[in-house]
Amino acid sequence: MTQQFTLTVNGETVQVEADPDAPLLSVLRDDLDLKGARFGCGLGQCGACFVQLDGKVVSSCDTPMWAAEGTSVVTVEGLGSEGALHPVQQAILDEQAAQCGYCISGVIVRAAALLETTPSPDADEVVDALDRNLCRCGVQRRIISAVVKAGART
Amino acid sequence: MTATDRSTATPSLPRDLVANPTLSRWVTVDDDGTIGVRVGKVELGQGILTALAQIAADALDVPLSQVRMLRAHTTDGPDEGMTSGSMSIVDAGPSVRLACRNVRALFIGEAARGWDVEADQVTVEGGSIRTADANRTTTYGELARRVSLDVPVSAEVPAKIPGGPRLVGTSVARLDLPDKVAGRPAYIGDLSLPGQLVGRVVRPPSVGARLVAVDETATAQLSVQVVRDGSFLGVVGADEAEVERAVRTLRRAADWDEADHLPDEDDLPGYLRAGPHETIPVVAEDRPQGATRRLRASFSRPYLAHASMAPSCGVARWETDGSLAVWSHSQGIHRLRDAIAQVLDLDVSSVVVEHAENAGCYGHNGADDAAFDAVLLARAVPGRPVAVQWSRADELTWAPFGSAMAATVEADVDDTGQVHSWTYDVWSQGHTSRPGSAGAALLLAGAQLSTPLTIPAAVDPPSSKGGGTTRNSVPIYQVGPRRITGHRLLETPIRSSALRSLGSFFNVFCIESFMDELAAEVGQDPLEYRLGRLGDERGRAVLERAATASGWGDSTPEDVGRGIGFARYKDSEAYCAVIAEVEAGQEIRLRRLTIAADVGQVVNPDGTCNQLEGGATQAASWTLKERVRFDRRRVTSDDWESYPILRFSEVPEIGVHLVDRPDLPSVGAGEAAQGPTAGAIGNAVAAAVGVRVRDLPLTTEAVVAAIEAD
Ligand code: FES
Ligand code: FES
Repeated sequence: MTQQFTLTVNGETVQVEADPDAPLLSVLRDDLDLKGARFGCGLGQCGACFVQLDGKVVSSCDTPMWAAEGTSVVTVEGLGSEGALHPVQQAILDEQAAQCGYCISGVIVRAAALLETTPSPDADEVVDALDRNLCRCGVQRRIISAVVKAGART
Repeated sequence: MTATDRSTATPSLPRDLVANPTLSRWVTVDDDGTIGVRVGKVELGQGILTALAQIAADALDVPLSQVRMLRAHTTDGPDEGMTSGSMSIVDAGPSVRLACRNVRALFIGEAARGWDVEADQVTVEGGSIRTADANRTTTYGELARRVSLDVPVSAEVPAKIPGGPRLVGTSVARLDLPDKVAGRPAYIGDLSLPGQLVGRVVRPPSVGARLVAVDETATAQLSVQVVRDGSFLGVVGADEAEVERAVRTLRRAADWDEADHLPDEDDLPGYLRAGPHETIPVVAEDRPQGATRRLRASFSRPYLAHASMAPSCGVARWETDGSLAVWSHSQGIHRLRDAIAQVLDLDVSSVVVEHAENAGCYGHNGADDAAFDAVLLARAVPGRPVAVQWSRADELTWAPFGSAMAATVEADVDDTGQVHSWTYDVWSQGHTSRPGSAGAALLLAGAQLSTPLTIPAAVDPPSSKGGGTTRNSVPIYQVGPRRITGHRLLETPIRSSALRSLGSFFNVFCIESFMDELAAEVGQDPLEYRLGRLGDERGRAVLERAATASGWGDSTPEDVGRGIGFARYKDSEAYCAVIAEVEAGQEIRLRRLTIAADVGQVVNPDGTCNQLEGGATQAASWTLKERVRFDRRRVTSDDWESYPILRFSEVPEIGVHLVDRPDLPSVGAGEAAQGPTAGAIGNAVAAAVGVRVRDLPLTTEAVVAAIEAD
């Protein structure tokens, strides 16, 4: 059933054995031990599993491995490093813009992609970009101002 | 004298220390100076462990970085009951403070002995234990091996921490967020224990469905193990994709016996009022004769889902000696342990439950049930841990719901607005069916076993704990003689349990809506009308603060309405006032919430604001959008499209204002905003469109329908 796949994850080339229909999310979490993308729905509806695939934000829970072959994937772990957080990560901490934090990796991945195309977004642009991300703790307002501040800082 | 000092002046132990008096259950000190603090309360995203670390660090006189909060554990840590009802800071705060002050005193005593000086010559500052002249110094780490903490806590510790609280009262950043923001393993779903297997449950298609037959050979080609016990059906295997395939195969191969027994979702008030009920008298005062004018209104809300962002997850491993290790994001690991032992007839001491975080749950979701699923599946593979991950549909359809509710309120009022009597009846299912409630184990899969557990209807917490159906059913205002009664439904196929604030959300919505109706009846401003019948000084201060901050009374555009909601949570905890601003254009749009609150002494101001903002945002989502959907057989709201919650484009702007009371005990903030937010939005909608909608949720369609019917 399984098959070999080659892709770039956070800048490194990796080879994995996986079922072609297995979601990219499972491979990231279980085979590559990258737990940053979280499982929230498996339906492409909540954003908890967001990653960048060739620069585009996708839900990794419904991206099958056959579609990820040969692509370059960036997860939340690949955005910043210890001591050198991505500006969005830093701003989320500065604003304490999380409660349980379960939604926050997906939010960070989406917001980081926004800053690539719109380096200093206003609140409306942030809201538009994050409208596919759900947060049940109700931290949206803090997240919006954190992302605006991250943009102003870069 | 500070609040910290006063708490130790009373020589009686906080409740949780009475139950768990051994110091080492609460505090451990390592050679490297790390001070581990283990509480029975768990992190749910509310920041409780950070707040407790602040209290611990102050009581020990160490920097925050020296304190490490350890995971709750049924064997190693204290039993503090549930993490619920905004009680964590109330229960655990004083216990942690006193336990840590005991530890500090023991270390001072040991240092004094070693230096041959009096204990009162020794102080602690910034983690350094030293003589008053600073000639001799040592540390917690250096003395760790010489001080035994396997001793009972004492209510009397030498008083006075120089300088009083330092971290308490400041906005310390959450200790757990850096890992979460970096995407590091932080949640139960991130556990990978040696040899861990994947488990999945094939849940029945509807509540009460019975598994007639299943062709287990259907999965013969797959390397998985099928587990069946009565109507409980599950799969265990090493490969997730393979296990998922087996689940799909079994779903096709299973034959279920189902029945239509759910209520009519379009007449929930009728269903709730039909009974049978337990009657819960709250207040029964005599109504005077000869009233001038009587007003009456009825309200309702639908069933609500907890809708955690993470579907529930549980991990279990049966050891070869028959003992059992469980990892769970339960809000009450000790009660979960007891329930598992009860159902499987095990000795409680052979079951160990360790807490592992998951996403916010806002009450009793599927956490305990998923843990029990894991226990049942892991029994088939002794020695191997099995992790059961629920699906999104499982979480939205099988986790308990917050009960639907209905109420009727009636008041006699005169021309001045004075209320001469107030009658309130509220109908609801019970608000708790946590493991152990009503003496039953109450684990979902238990009802499906070949020897099934009976799952009784949900009960309510006693009134001493704020009640459930009747929580906040007594108005804080002067309303004359009152007759207030709850009616708890005793038979229902729908499982209900604790959802953030229990009945308070709905009862406050009803009371606050009706207060506005009374004010309108006599042509008074809603703020003035409330203040005119509110004697409580703390309450008045909060209400006035919210009004000033929101610009109450300033003119607004024609299609914008403002509304007030106010309550004191559980009649004895946080005061919270909310002013909502709603715009009624093409659709109903919540523009702004202004919140004022008094939570006593504020341990962490920013954390408190965060809780109030989050609570209000969630309550806005319940009020404006949410409703569990079902037909007569199945729950049909099983994903984020059929169970929509507030999105980024719909969240209001929020301003929070705290009224600090440094010399009053701290109370929780996490549930205080729920009811006031609903009341404020309801009143703002009525102000904006001129018609009142009394049945939640206040969707644009519902408001349009009400305008057309008017
Ligand atoms: S888990 Fe992928 S979008 Fe929800
Ligand atoms: S912080 Fe909990 S879901 Fe967003």
